[in-house]
Amino acid sequence: MTATFLGTPAFPEAAKRALQDTQLRANLAHATATIRSKRAVVVGERPDWEELRLAGEALKDQVLRHLDTYLVQLEEKVTAAGGTVHWARDAAEANRIVVDLVRATGETEVVKVKSMATQETDLNGALETAGISAWETDLAELIVQLGHDQPSHILVPAIHRNRAEIREIFLAEMGKVGEPAPPDLPAEPRALAEAARRHLRQKFLRAKVGISGANFAVAETGSLVVVESEGNGRMCLTLPETLISVVGIEKVVPTFADLEVFLQLLPRSSTGERMNPYTSIWTGVTPGDGPQAFHLVLVDNGRTTSLADPVGRQALRCIRCSACLNVCPVYERTGGHAYGSVYPGPIGAILTPQLRGIESEIDKSLPYASSLCGACFEVCPVRIDIPEVLVHLRARVVDAERGGVPSAEELAMRSAAWMFGDHRRLESAQRAAGLGGRLFRRGRIGRLPFPFSKWTDARDAPVPPAESFRAWWRRTRGTRR
Amino acid sequence: MRIALFATCFNDTMFPDTPRAVVTVLERLGHTVEFPVEQTCCGQLHVNTGYQREAIPLVRLFTDTFAGYDAIVAPSGSCVGMVREYHSRVAEVAGDPGLAAAVARVAPRVYEFSELLVDVLGVTDVGAYFPHRVTYHPTCHSLRMLKVGDRPLRLLRAVRGIDLIELPAAAECCGFGGTFALKNADVSVAMVGDKVRHVRDTGAEVLCAGDNSCLMHIGGALSRLRAGVRTLHLAEILAATEPAAADHVQVSDVEPIR
Repeated sequence: MTATFLGTPAFPEAAKRALQDTQLRANLAHATATIRSKRAVVVGERPDWEELRLAGEALKDQVLRHLDTYLVQLEEKVTAAGGTVHWARDAAEANRIVVDLVRATGETEVVKVKSMATQETDLNGALETAGISAWETDLAELIVQLGHDQPSHILVPAIHRNRAEIREIFLAEMGKVGEPAPPDLPAEPRALAEAARRHLRQKFLRAKVGISGANFAVAETGSLVVVESEGNGRMCLTLPETLISVVGIEKVVPTFADLEVFLQLLPRSSTGERMNPYTSIWTGVTPGDGPQAFHLVLVDNGRTTSLADPVGRQALRCIRCSACLNVCPVYERTGGHAYGSVYPGPIGAILTPQLRGIESEIDKSLPYASSLCGACFEVCPVRIDIPEVLVHLRARVVDAERGGVPSAEELAMRSAAWMFGDHRRLESAQRAAGLGGRLFRRGRIGRLPFPFSKWTDARDAPVPPAESFRAWWRRTRGTRR
Repeated sequence: MRIALFATCFNDTMFPDTPRAVVTVLERLGHTVEFPVEQTCCGQLHVNTGYQREAIPLVRLFTDTFAGYDAIVAPSGSCVGMVREYHSRVAEVAGDPGLAAAVARVAPRVYEFSELLVDVLGVTDVGAYFPHRVTYHPTCHSLRMLKVGDRPLRLLRAVRGIDLIELPAAAECCGFGGTFALKNADVSVAMVGDKVRHVRDTGAEVLCAGDNSCLMHIGGALSRLRAGVRTLHLAEILAATEPAAADHVQVSDVEPIR
């Protein structure tokens, strides 16, 4: 996937560090709670919300079942409308295609619409290596870019920053790459947005090449759709002479009418709005209006591997709304960076290991970065059963480790399975536990050896009772079942 | 109706008062409860940690043990969730159509305790008396996997003498999550810290839930803080009666009424 997060330690280690960042904790708790309650209000006012979710799920499943057909249809329609379609197997190929396209224009800078696909491929890094400056124009992405930072949320990439931090970044960094922020910039949302607007205006007016992703690509018409809130997307999609859209192959939807479902599900789930402020839809090129050259780069980058997994493939339904992040009790406390991927939170925990594989320490640990509480599944607008996929991926992680010298965990799990294989063995273990319990007279255990010290470091453990339930049953009920 | 008790390995071993309380309540309501001694574990520990293959014999043992019953009741939302939602998946992993068929027969007849009382037996007032200030934590798997809704609260509201206080942010996970509490201990503790804060805000003397695993977690944190709040399974509150309270007998010492 991307190189920028390489070297991230396993989730528990990264999370431990994030948990100690009190500013981060405060920013996240406030921001996620705000978006959560906004979403709850606008979802609650739709009596047909569950039907909409079912429709979204069914449409996406239909797309995934016939992805080959819809993609070829999309290519035909885009080509017929004057666009050019490129196919990229992986991130490197996608980046190479885009770099070559920009070079062919002779330009050395591009403006970008917020796009997860280009975050995933680290296109900005590839452009920089090629001597091309890529300017992020979404406010939060701008904050991340100016702060030499990584995004930590799908929808709100700078959710880990508060207004005071943003002010400092603007004051220190804007002047280095364009119009500086006013020296008396207050840490007020309106003033900060105005500084960003002035900074970006120059770039919009100057840029000859725009780069975007897409929320949806309609096979029936060859139309691409971008939904956004700030109008920066509309600028990037209409002002430049050349537009390059980098889109994951799972973003295709069959017909224009299907947008009806997704344009209701997406804004309510993501920003907690009934409708997003800007919806841009374009089909190829229109002579005399907007970009006169349009390139669509369709990216696989691990998606067909996920598609081959009957349980895991539901992750490809994702419309990147980030509702699962906002309700996740783990994400709310650790933030996005701990997930070591541009896709953090519950969806990241199931998507990243599928796109990148389960070789690295961070990718192996992601399926375990959840208490399986199920809040994510409950809010997912396309009904991705995230806990089910997490459990499935955990089995893949365990199965991949089998065959060598068994780990302590594997040995413990095997002996537990042996003990539970017969009730007489369980009874023996219960008798031993009951005897051991007599050592603890206070009714609680304050300290246990590793790995149970992980528990008792902060929590007491219960003392095993002298008599198990089944021993009581036999004593009081005799041989009766 | 033949009712079998699935005590769950965890309750059987660590919290025997809970399955005893289930027996007490059901017998008080005039039902006969059987305890098939061959039962052990539903396999949740293994499945949720990634050891699905190790869970295959446990699923087979479960379906064999409970095949002949009309209703199987377990005082644990997460164990019932494992049986109803994941046993079929384990059978798939096993590649055993016979096991899959057995799961399809048995799993739908497995009920969480509040489901059995309200949906199958049609009662909400089980004749309990519990004069204490109580708050209720719904537990994630009961709430979102089984969707037990307000059944436990309806049962609690019918308890005489109870002072039931609503728990703020009740639906939020306590951070237990099985091996999650060890593998991601820091996040888990951060989560239970907030749960404990909400519990203490209620001023309750007793925290009640339908799953002893969550209660062990929240209770372990409350105990470490010497918070003066004890944890009690829903079944144990429902088993408590006025004569028992009058005799100053601890709930855990109540023998089932024959």
